Amino acid sequence: MMHARLTRLLIAATAVSLAAAPAFAADVKLGIVQSTSGGSAALYGTMQKNGAELAAAEINASGKLGDLKLVPVHQDDAGDRGQTVNIFQRLINQDKVTVIFGPTLTTSAFAADPIANAAKVPVIASSNTAPGVPAIGEYIFRTSAPEAAVFPGVLAYAVKRYQPKTAAQIYGIDDVLMKAAYGVHKAALDKAGIKVVATETFQKGDVDYSAQLTKIKAANPDIIVVGGLAEETANIVRQARQLGIPQSTVFLGANAAISTKLNDLAGPAAQGFLVGSGWFIDFDTPANKAFVEAYKAKYGNAPDTFAAQAHAAVTIFADAVKRAGGVSDPAKLRAAIADTKDLQTVLGPFSFDKDREPVLVAKVLELKDGKFQLAQ
Amino acid sequence: MTTFLQQVVNGLSLGSIYAVFAIGCTLIFGVLNIVNLAQGAFFMVGAYLGLEIALLGLPLPLALLVALVGGGVLGMASELLVFRVLRLRGGHKWMGLVASLALARLLVGVAQEVFGTAVHGYPPNPFTAIVWEIGGVRVQLLQVIVVITAVILMGILGFTLQKTSVGRAIRTVAFSEDVARIVGVEVGRTILITFFIAGALAGAAGVLLGLLFNVVSPFMGEHMLVKGLTVMILGGLGNIPGAVAGGFLLGLVEVFSVAYVSSAFRDAIGFGLIFLILLVKPTGLFSGFEERRA
Repeated sequence: MMHARLTRLLIAATAVSLAAAPAFAADVKLGIVQSTSGGSAALYGTMQKNGAELAAAEINASGKLGDLKLVPVHQDDAGDRGQTVNIFQRLINQDKVTVIFGPTLTTSAFAADPIANAAKVPVIASSNTAPGVPAIGEYIFRTSAPEAAVFPGVLAYAVKRYQPKTAAQIYGIDDVLMKAAYGVHKAALDKAGIKVVATETFQKGDVDYSAQLTKIKAANPDIIVVGGLAEETANIVRQARQLGIPQSTVFLGANAAISTKLNDLAGPAAQGFLVGSGWFIDFDTPANKAFVEAYKAKYGNAPDTFAAQAHAAVTIFADAVKRAGGVSDPAKLRAAIADTKDLQTVLGPFSFDKDREPVLVAKVLELKDGKFQLAQ
Repeated sequence: MTTFLQQVVNGLSLGSIYAVFAIGCTLIFGVLNIVNLAQGAFFMVGAYLGLEIALLGLPLPLALLVALVGGGVLGMASELLVFRVLRLRGGHKWMGLVASLALARLLVGVAQEVFGTAVHGYPPNPFTAIVWEIGGVRVQLLQVIVVITAVILMGILGFTLQKTSVGRAIRTVAFSEDVARIVGVEVGRTILITFFIAGALAGAAGVLLGLLFNVVSPFMGEHMLVKGLTVMILGGLGNIPGAVAGGFLLGLVEVFSVAYVSSAFRDAIGFGLIFLILLVKPTGLFSGFEERRA
């Protein structure tokens, strides 16, 4: 009697453990930590989740990894870093994921990435652009191009086309990202020998930039460099034109200004606005064209930069798995990711530098007839 | 010199909106000795109401009117649902402060759900594109309209308070609710009208700001509320001429601290100055008018 019960219990326990762990030896679990709820972060998060899952499906279908199968496990942190930390712990300790893609927000990255780094689980972010994210640890990477990776290209283009001698800078002083962008812009201007004749700031929630722009107008710069988000930048450009800063004074913006909102709010005033990006939708390579089409077919809308950067992140990971000969050795896998060099992705040829920052060709975009287009 | 005059134009158009908004805050304080923190949310709702009308292709004066009425109705609702209930139940004055903050958060939350968190602009309008250049100073037709509208609204309010029976009733309640009752003023109705006027001014200010700066978002009221409270303190609590002067003063101070010191120190200078004024004159800059309040 006792014996029979014990046997039944054992059978039940075995059944439960089998049900709880349906993973086969060949499954590679990908933790995808993206906000799909919780305000504006959800806009970026949903795009990245889609991009990453699309890439995983494509790689599985291609049979590139042999009998290894990528299994995405998505968790929504709702843009809340407390939840991000919990999710990282669960993914690492319970789900035993091999890699984490995300998180959506930089503040979440600073809170949660150290956990993954300590557990030797690589993290590849595709939307964090603030300085210092990969510096969290040697297991932390990103495919999202920081300002420093794209702005020098934009400035070089502006110098070639307009030969500016002087510039004015205006930036959001209470935003970490924009303050960093200001530093990047300043360094690039100094390096190009362009004199900064006016430096102005604004704060989150400001709507009136006329006082700063009147000062900038008096300094009469050849170009104006804005370190602001899309909505702020749009109103700065619009108010500048209203104050009589001529259309010939070209505006250069930060990567974060790339949004359809820029054109919606600024209208014709933003014609000729220049900005740099790691990706854009009409980027003319076979890999990107296929990506855009597959994304539209699967999700019914067009991908954005974040979707592309997430797609590239999974592509990079899969390539590293292949070169590392599997996922059993975290150190070997990490080294393989770090060694990524000129890999063909939807962003173009992709490499990591020694600081695990992306190295890619910056695409210079110009706002023309209401649309961001490759600057000619 | 042109740069100086341009900055004066910038400061006046910003200040006129501050003034319209602050009058509403100070009017309620003058009558009831309370602060309605939901005024910022009425300002935001007013901007959205005006935006919806403008997006329908209807004329801007109608947008302003709808925002006025919408803001006013919300103001009355805040009195009926929050302040009056608290007064009747013997709630402490501070409860009204907290309750109105809760109302503001509620309205912001609803706006976030209905309109999203993105910033919206008013649709392009032939009027908004007109700019005159007078001796190197750029003046937008819109700025002129905003300033004139602000002045007209302030004029109507002044006339109402000084020359009409409603105004006399409001001033009597402000003086003393008991005296008002004795002389036969319907206190409840008068307070309700006061809330309507204050809410209407907030709603109108929302449209003016949305038009001039092209930014309508659920969070716009929070920044405005801080400016409004600042102006209210600057002008002397409950002092309407003080709020008008304080509004223009704050607009000019903000612009000139950017123009002649540094944009990085704008708020430090603006608020530093207010601190200084309060140290010298703790009752506000225009406290000499105290007996004329509301």
